[in-house]
Amino acid sequence: MATLGPSGYSPYPVAVYEGVLTPPPGKAVLFNEVVDEEIAMREAAKAMLTRENPTIFPGPQVLYSWNEEAKEKAKLVRRIAETLGAKIIPMYDYRPKYPKIDPEKEINPNHPNLTIWHNKIKACIFVGVHCHYANVALKIIRAETDCFTIALCGNAGHEDAMITLRDQHTEELEKFIRVAEEVKKELGK
Amino acid sequence: MQKTEQVQYNRAGQRVVSPDYLLFEAPREKQFMTGSEVVKEAVKRASVDASVSYPITPQSEAAHLIGELWVEGYVGVYFRGESEFGVMSEVAGCSMAGGRTITTTSGPGTLRAMENFPMWAGSRLPLQLVLMARGVNSPLTIQPDNLEISFLLDTGCMIWHAENAQELFDMILAGFAVAEQPDVHVPVITAIDGFFISHTREAVMLPPDDIALPPYNPYKSPMPPIDMEMAPGRFLRDPYVMKSNYISYASHTSWQFEVRSAIERSRPYAKRYLKGLIEEFGNPEAEVVFIASGTAGAQAKEAAIMLSEDEGIPTRVIRLKTLRPFPGEEILQAIRNAKYIFIPEFNVIGWLEREVRRVLYGKTNVPVVGSPRVAGGMTMPPEVIVKEVLQTLGKEVKHVV
Repeated sequence: MATLGPSGYSPYPVAVYEGVLTPPPGKAVLFNEVVDEEIAMREAAKAMLTRENPTIFPGPQVLYSWNEEAKEKAKLVRRIAETLGAKIIPMYDYRPKYPKIDPEKEINPNHPNLTIWHNKIKACIFVGVHCHYANVALKIIRAETDCFTIALCGNAGHEDAMITLRDQHTEELEKFIRVAEEVKKELGK
Repeated sequence: MQKTEQVQYNRAGQRVVSPDYLLFEAPREKQFMTGSEVVKEAVKRASVDASVSYPITPQSEAAHLIGELWVEGYVGVYFRGESEFGVMSEVAGCSMAGGRTITTTSGPGTLRAMENFPMWAGSRLPLQLVLMARGVNSPLTIQPDNLEISFLLDTGCMIWHAENAQELFDMILAGFAVAEQPDVHVPVITAIDGFFISHTREAVMLPPDDIALPPYNPYKSPMPPIDMEMAPGRFLRDPYVMKSNYISYASHTSWQFEVRSAIERSRPYAKRYLKGLIEEFGNPEAEVVFIASGTAGAQAKEAAIMLSEDEGIPTRVIRLKTLRPFPGEEILQAIRNAKYIFIPEFNVIGWLEREVRRVLYGKTNVPVVGSPRVAGGMTMPPEVIVKEVLQTLGKEVKHVV
């Protein structure tokens, strides 16, 4: 992610217009810098451990996918939440809901700001959200809130998040838990 | 223990190889083919699941030849649509269902199908359109002209412009490799100047036809592929996105920026598979620079050789391989010594001149000459380009066209 602020005529900041792209394999993006994965993991854990109402938004690829990796990832997401003392608010499976989604309990990728405003969330993690919806939501969050965003992506990452890690599968999530535990100790929490 | 490698085969029994191997490492053999035949050869090696066709000159033969591939078992699904609008809607369905999909069109057919192109991009479909440009009517033209590319520039699709049949072959294969990257995943339009490329025969180097691209994996898509639970375009039913009485302007803004961001993310992949977004030809120190794409690039190269050898005027050609993403930074870097920029084009409006001027605005005072420009089927012999340069430089014109 690059500097906060408007992009052209739009009130929406867009990181690629500021020259920030998804990280190359094996690397991560911390604001507008390409860094080693571990550095990004440490900063992500620190943000979640030090900001108010940290929350994880697990998406359909963790919540509803019928495969072994999804099951394992779901268990790891719970462990991450326990380690970081974070709430879990699911991102529903993008299906329209009537009369409306309750933004206190679920996050809508088209209106992520409502959930963040209502719950006063100052740091969050996206995991298992399909890339398009993650990107749409992350741009809105940057524009409309002061929430610190972290994306743990199974594919190429999300440059509109303040920290993005790519190719995050079970092994990488286990590593993130180890790093988070270390940071927690260092912070005396 | 000895390491074993599992060899994979696609539905046609071709050995699956990486895009890098297919494009850069596999041995190649010389063939003599038309651009239409080259489309068939590329599709044959692309593990294509679906193709829908509709006849319009000059792409009809390419569409027909993809049909032959279906008969031979290389393409999973193939049928003729009701119109170009029908075709472009039907290929969207094929792509939403998770199939690697390709189609072809030309000229007025492109405009008839127009509503679908932004829909493809907004739905994040990585399908491919081979555009054999011929201009639009009225008056009816069935001659070389690439006016319709202008209409496609802001549809949210990637647009690449091949110079010759060889580049078209490579771009079709590279197109799938780039468009299907999860962080890109928008359509790619591989354009050529119809007739010049589609109907003329030239030497091309082709890899063996018993190897092919890995099949498309729809589960890496940035949107869920459709299945029994998810109807096509399910997101369209979300009132926050689509219904005007509930509309979220925030969603629309972010969604549209996201599609354009996806094109920008294609830059590193396109650079790798196309070996750069531009080709630089001629004298790097030259003060006379041509910026061109497609066939105009080939003609500009001929003119550059004539100017250099016959007139002693060093020249340089910057040929654009991609129009979306537009290689603005590359152009600015490449024109650093330029005193004159010429932009030869095969269309009446000069869409490339417009694009280049947008990038140069406020960054350089080098005069831009949007000429020579031909349209409606006129050819552009290199002598015409040479004459334009000599006249602009105030030199004697010796060549007679």
